[in-house]
Amino acid sequence: MSLVTMTIAAEQRGTVPAERTAAKKWTRLARPALGLVLPVTLAVVWEFVVRMGWASGRLAPPPSVIFQEFVDLARSGDLQRNTLVTLGRVAAGFGCGVAVATIVGAAAGYSPVIRRLLDPSLQALRAIPSIAWVPLFVLWLGIFEASKITLIAVGVFFPVYLGVMGAIQSVDRKLVEVGRAFRLSDVQMVRRILLPAVLPAYVIALRSGLGLGWMFVAAAELLGASEGLGYLLLDGQELGKPAEIVAAIVAFAVVGKATDWLIAFAAAPFLRWEDVVRQE
Amino acid sequence: MLVLDRVSKTYPNAVQALGGVSVEVEPGEIVAVIGGSGCGKSTLLRAISGLDPASAGTVLLDGERISAPHQKIGIIFQEPRLLPWLKVAGNVGFGLGDRPKQERAARVATALKRVGLADQAAAWPRELSGGQAQRVAIARALVPRPEVLLLDEPFSALDAFTRTDLQAHLLDLWADAKPTLILVTHDVDEAIVLADRVMVMCPRPGRIFDEIAVDLPRPRDRQSAAFDFVKRRVLAALDRSLSRAVAPADGEAKASAGAALWW
Repeated sequence: MSLVTMTIAAEQRGTVPAERTAAKKWTRLARPALGLVLPVTLAVVWEFVVRMGWASGRLAPPPSVIFQEFVDLARSGDLQRNTLVTLGRVAAGFGCGVAVATIVGAAAGYSPVIRRLLDPSLQALRAIPSIAWVPLFVLWLGIFEASKITLIAVGVFFPVYLGVMGAIQSVDRKLVEVGRAFRLSDVQMVRRILLPAVLPAYVIALRSGLGLGWMFVAAAELLGASEGLGYLLLDGQELGKPAEIVAAIVAFAVVGKATDWLIAFAAAPFLRWEDVVRQE
Repeated sequence: MLVLDRVSKTYPNAVQALGGVSVEVEPGEIVAVIGGSGCGKSTLLRAISGLDPASAGTVLLDGERISAPHQKIGIIFQEPRLLPWLKVAGNVGFGLGDRPKQERAARVATALKRVGLADQAAAWPRELSGGQAQRVAIARALVPRPEVLLLDEPFSALDAFTRTDLQAHLLDLWADAKPTLILVTHDVDEAIVLADRVMVMCPRPGRIFDEIAVDLPRPRDRQSAAFDFVKRRVLAALDRSLSRAVAPADGEAKASAGAALWW
């Protein structure tokens, strides 16, 4: 009797932690999956409604039609070509915007004189809705790539500029003093104290800049382009092909999220020290 | 030898924080600087460190004039000031950037073992307790083997138990290479437990009011009569330093001057 209870007790003791870790694994998988419940349900319901003939689905195509459109676009190579064109524009605009914003933001954050000189003008320019620049950029730079890339660069510039400037201004003076006490040269001070200190804020600035970059590439391409994902949107509208529009939108979402994830992924090894806080 | 000759500090807003401090400190000596708030203790320490050089007078270390942070001078602040993006080992080795990797690793490992944190080498600063973090800061300051170590109220943010623990630990570490220690504190017990000499400063402008030699064998017993005797002398000097600093007419401040130190 006692032996039996003991074995049971031992078994329970053995299984409970295993069950608990299994349960933990489930919740870890289930938590992100929870976010999928709503969109998947909606898609399934809409598919069902159209299949049953309760709605035509002509203006709001069901998932299967959109998927078919994706396959067709991919098979003809249109999807890849247009995605690459758009990606190239974002990359060029993002690169230019980030380069200029980093230099100007760092200078303004570091030197009060430069900040007083530049910041008011830049803040004034920031207040202009960037789309308002389009006619001017088209007049100055023509209707091809240059004006589009410039528009994207302008969109990327402001969040990155503000982020860099703010990050440099808010570097802990006490840590800078540690650098001074250990007699770091200017270059070492930047590399060993300032850069690591501003990196978390810089990554956030880059990510919000990239988000704006995607917003402005769509705007630029909608306003006149012969290729790119924005052109697919326009093409779908003019030819009355809603599936093509939705496919282009989905492509925007996927590529935009992927590039954002790429930045986060590339920065992660340098920001591991921050994770400690987040996990707690 | 560390020689301060009429060291003064006047801030740009014309406030004179230090009014001519002259001291000689022997190598290996432990000096505690104590005084009411605003008497220029920290200003004096920062002038010696070269972080905020004196506006007049000179600081000489082995005959060399100190006007900027110097290799032979280490400093420990009130807060640990660890770099949050470096692990504990990286923080301890921060001052050895110019050394070959192997030497750096060996010296960091020795230092961490010495402060009892060998198992925390791979921890992030945020994972440490306050006492552990300050021990890392001490290790970081000692690793480059300074001749003079300046401590600016290093234990004042810690709880009483950790504080006594670290005071004993500091003496233990000091015995390894016997650097000169200059310790700014507002804790009379701490000053007497650690120092060979207690310098009492008085404000407006900051200067040295009195010096009390502490001739007790180490480790010092805080309960002993001899300890108490020195403590009374320091407290009396402190009391007088603050009374003299205020105008005689200012009776209220005079009465509360002694109590102010016990905050």
